[in-house]
Amino acid sequence: MCLGIPGQIVEITDEARMMAMAEVSGVRREVNVIPVATGPLAGLIDKWALIHVGFAMSLIDEDEAAATLEALEGLGEAQETLEAMAAGEAALEEQP
Amino acid sequence: MKFAEEFRNPEAARKLLAAIERVVGEIGATAEKPVHIMEICGGHTHAIFRYGLDKLTPPGLEFIHGPGCPVCVLPMSRVDECVQIAEREGVIFTTFGDAMRVPGTRKSLMQAKADGADIRMVYSPLDALELARRNPEREVVFFGLGFETTTPSTAFTLQQAAREGITNFSVFCNHITVPPPIKALLDDPHMLLDGFVGPGHVSMVIGVHPYDFIAEEYHKPIVVAGFEPLDLLQSVLMVLEQIRDGRAEVENQYARVVPEHGNPASIAAMADVYEPRPSFEWRGLGEIDASGLRIREAYRAFDAEEKFGIGYAAGPRHVEEPEGCECGAVMTGRIKPVACPQFGKGCTPEMPLGALMVSSEGACAAYYQYGGARAVEAAE
Ligand code: SF4
Repeated sequence: MCLGIPGQIVEITDEARMMAMAEVSGVRREVNVIPVATGPLAGLIDKWALIHVGFAMSLIDEDEAAATLEALEGLGEAQETLEAMAAGEAALEEQP
Repeated sequence: MKFAEEFRNPEAARKLLAAIERVVGEIGATAEKPVHIMEICGGHTHAIFRYGLDKLTPPGLEFIHGPGCPVCVLPMSRVDECVQIAEREGVIFTTFGDAMRVPGTRKSLMQAKADGADIRMVYSPLDALELARRNPEREVVFFGLGFETTTPSTAFTLQQAAREGITNFSVFCNHITVPPPIKALLDDPHMLLDGFVGPGHVSMVIGVHPYDFIAEEYHKPIVVAGFEPLDLLQSVLMVLEQIRDGRAEVENQYARVVPEHGNPASIAAMADVYEPRPSFEWRGLGEIDASGLRIREAYRAFDAEEKFGIGYAAGPRHVEEPEGCECGAVMTGRIKPVACPQFGKGCTPEMPLGALMVSSEGACAAYYQYGGARAVEAAE
């Protein structure tokens, strides 16, 4: 939850709400890009970002993304984050 | 230094470790009279144990594990209040998974869920808002938890909820800020700290200047660090060099991710949505002035404390920590986890008694996980 995870922005999904699709270790997840949106949103496509709890918090380059992901894997955090993303999806469907 | 093989770049690790050893020697620090460096962030604590940095560095350097794990500093009273909200009729209570096992006075959120409360683990506050959209007849409450890394995300989510006019969504706000507890530690007369390794991802949001007071008023060095092991080693070396040279500056080792002034959109959203509370309770550290955030008047309709009349909205309160728990002493660096009588006995990662055992970012869980049986034996 604190460290964030690198993801690549692949598509803008909702201009009005500033939402984009990001690919994180092969998993797709919709994220909000307000923190990194300094120009037209289309300019973010293909960029790498550090994603914290569903928000792209800062743009990073591809090498930094790879190094960060490796460090997160070393700590077991990458797996934990991917599991948290899956749990979030499941929570939307869950019945009381 | 065989452990150095595990690093992405063992050669660079070896060089940094040699330089650290040299500067520790130049400072004249020894095992009996070590130099104390606090890593504030729980992610750093985890990395130090995972890579055995505390063993690879010379005995004249001692790491003190700071209060930068939001789960670990969550007081029992707040967990109790979460359970109270979650057990109300019609509520869907949403939380980051990390908080599920933190012990409360009666039960953890995990136990409350097992007892039938509708508690759901979400990845993002946006998931919680989506639940509110899909369940208009239910009250959806998000447990806002974390430092400046997660605080903006809750602010953006509240702004979105307000724009859409969603009325069945609220936030139980437990967001806290990093600088005030550091100030509290520096004001502690028993404080041993000689310098700090600062949390990179917090500075990614707030920039490096909120730490200026550490250098200017307290004359201690701080280096904002990334969390790869080489980042950490390099940052430790930078702190040590400042100590050796008698300097006290705020340096940024993680400039490739941390802009000097942070992230403007996030800073603006936080200022719009929150204001500092007069004080906030930290597990093991007590009430700290202006260390917590609450939701501003303009967003009051989204404040779960106001909506349900609990927490600070219900007046002052304090809950004692469980008996025999030394979390406070560990968190202020006064004792090592193994010195707690509960360590590995009454308190394990499977059955945590104190919050430092809950998350891998907590000093006790990190000791247990990477010291394993050795650490338990040492405690006996
Ligand atoms: S071992 Fe458990 S009770 Fe003791 S300080 Fe650590 S978390 Fe607290």
